[in-house]
Amino acid sequence: MLQPARSDTLERPAPAAAAVASNGRDAAPAVLDVHDVTVAYHRKPVLWNVDLTIPEPRLVGIVGPNGAGKSTLIKAILGLVPMAGGRIRVYGKPFEKQRRLVGYVPQRESVDWDFPVSAFDAVLMGTYGELGWLRRPGRRQRQRAMECLEKVGISHLANRQIGQLSGGQQQRVFLARALAQQAQIYFMDEPMAGVDAATERVIFELLRELHTQGKTVLVVHHDLRTVPGYFDDVVLLNMRLVASGPVETTFTPENLRKTYGGRLSILEAAGEALQTRERSQ
Amino acid sequence: MVDWPTFLSPEARIDLWTILVGLVANTACALLGCFLVLRRMSLLGDAVSHAVLAGVAGAFLLTGSIAIGPLLIGAVAVGVLTALLTQTLSTFGRVPEDSAMGVVFTSLFALGVVLISGVEDLHLDTDCVLFGKLGFAAVYTVDVWGLRVPHAMTTLVPACALTVLFATAFWKELKIASFDPLLATSMGLSALVIHYLLMSMVAVVTVAALEAVGAIIVVAMLIVPAATAHLLTDRLNRMLLLSVAVGAISAIAGAFWARRADTNAAGMMAVVAGLQFAAAVILGPRYGLLGKWLGMLRLSVRIACEDVVAALYRREEFARQTAAAEPAPLTRAECRRAAGDGFAALLAVPRLRRRGYVEATAESRLVLTDHGRRMGQSLVRSHRLWETFLNQNFDLPPDHLHEPAERIEHYIGPELQEQLAHELARPSVDPHGKTIPPPQPETSESP
Repeated sequence: MLQPARSDTLERPAPAAAAVASNGRDAAPAVLDVHDVTVAYHRKPVLWNVDLTIPEPRLVGIVGPNGAGKSTLIKAILGLVPMAGGRIRVYGKPFEKQRRLVGYVPQRESVDWDFPVSAFDAVLMGTYGELGWLRRPGRRQRQRAMECLEKVGISHLANRQIGQLSGGQQQRVFLARALAQQAQIYFMDEPMAGVDAATERVIFELLRELHTQGKTVLVVHHDLRTVPGYFDDVVLLNMRLVASGPVETTFTPENLRKTYGGRLSILEAAGEALQTRERSQ
Repeated sequence: MVDWPTFLSPEARIDLWTILVGLVANTACALLGCFLVLRRMSLLGDAVSHAVLAGVAGAFLLTGSIAIGPLLIGAVAVGVLTALLTQTLSTFGRVPEDSAMGVVFTSLFALGVVLISGVEDLHLDTDCVLFGKLGFAAVYTVDVWGLRVPHAMTTLVPACALTVLFATAFWKELKIASFDPLLATSMGLSALVIHYLLMSMVAVVTVAALEAVGAIIVVAMLIVPAATAHLLTDRLNRMLLLSVAVGAISAIAGAFWARRADTNAAGMMAVVAGLQFAAAVILGPRYGLLGKWLGMLRLSVRIACEDVVAALYRREEFARQTAAAEPAPLTRAECRRAAGDGFAALLAVPRLRRRGYVEATAESRLVLTDHGRRMGQSLVRSHRLWETFLNQNFDLPPDHLHEPAERIEHYIGPELQEQLAHELARPSVDPHGKTIPPPQPETSESP
């Protein structure tokens, strides 16, 4: 479990960018390659055979109805839920070898906001990944955490306990924490759910900025109206992948109807059948 | 018997060592307890510490000795098994997690009790492992490096040291895995590994504390100081220090009272911890009930005061408009009625007099001072501005305007007042045709 301490903690060259530069465009591995991924909870599949390739840095919105498996897809990519089948590649290698290239913003409700830490402490946690086991954050990590808080416009709240922040401010803490991860590819689970308009604008500008820095961001998004304005690509998900690609060609009424129009009754029934059979055996 | 420090009487020595043993046990438990409480795993901590008994009994039956090594191995194995079984049952067995935990730990605990009942050994009887013999800590002794110390210390001190080491070394990992296990795991700091490390530590500390406090009271030492500290602070490091302090107070006061009442010392320590928890619930600075009540009372007294002042101001205004020579002053009872006749209203009039907003006339009726008149004018201005605002922006009948304005007038400061006036193009009368009084240069203070 213990990983060797790294010496190039901060000024590491982005391996992905290096790979792109040396190998040329065609040979560069895709940012993200999800191949035939199936995930089941209690033996009942919630994601069926999802194939998804993001060849180059893009802003990607993931949309779909409730229970479509949007969060589950992200969790499967990050190794947080076991996969019943399939394969994940991040910049050409398994996720386990590329952890430091990946940043994560979980759903805001997934943590206990009464937890006794300040906003600054919470952001500092973004640097824990690069430190590995047992090493403590130092001056540079602290400085970066402060910069990230500034970037999302709440450095004046650094010493506030996180429970005393508004919903929008809490979401900004999560974003600052992800920025502190200095990742190449970010996964954000509903970062704009229940935030104020000012925060939504800050998040959107941040997404744009990350994109211009050559980073990839996958965002689980709930507001269909803003999809074309916010994202380059869209992934339409409803237990299976309905469609993915550039917003202009993919975000069509036809595809939306396929995604949202009624449950996918055959997949549902197949899942139930699997579960029932498992139970009776 | 422990025969030092020699300057103390034998009785005082017994007390001292009871306290010291309790102190070490409490410290180790409180530190681990903080993470159990924050991870919402108090019950799993409870389960592990109970189930450990089966491991201890099993190890004893296998080796035939109470050497701490085998006991620890047995305990940690069963402790981890408890956490593992609970998780497996709830994941694969279609058993809800709390039931799974309830089944696993009570079964293992009962197994431990059954096994130990069959054992005849001085240090391992049912009474001892359940309730501990803290009061006799100074009696059962061993020699360590030529020094006679309580036997319980030989397990507790290393366990406590290990706990401090664990919390220090894995500080960052414990923090992130407790706050956001998903992020921690995605970073490669597996929350699951931390979880089992923590459960193993709970098992270790429980075994170490078995002789002194037993498998039942140890749960109180794990959870109560940590839960108390959680109410008192919002920083993790302070929470750990405070939980140790709560544990220390329990140890000292518990030993003292147990001696006076001639009862189980560990039990009394747990009772003291419970009292401290109750005190924190009521008196806690931020989350305490008392603070909340006082805050609410303060607010309702302020509102009552403002209601009285506004009523007096309207009275004066009415008198001016009807050209009466003197405004009819209000009696105290009328003032109280204006403020809703509650407990807050009772406090309001004396407070207004004390602060010079109103004064009593010869007939002991109340009139406004200049100071009070300024405040009344500002309040009435807020009230009528709000009525105007509601009337313009909401489609409400005129008789729906007064009540909301009556409520919100207490919260409209000079800034919002100015904003409202600006927005409404500085109206001079409200929807009911009443004059909106002009603003005051300095009216921000309130009684």
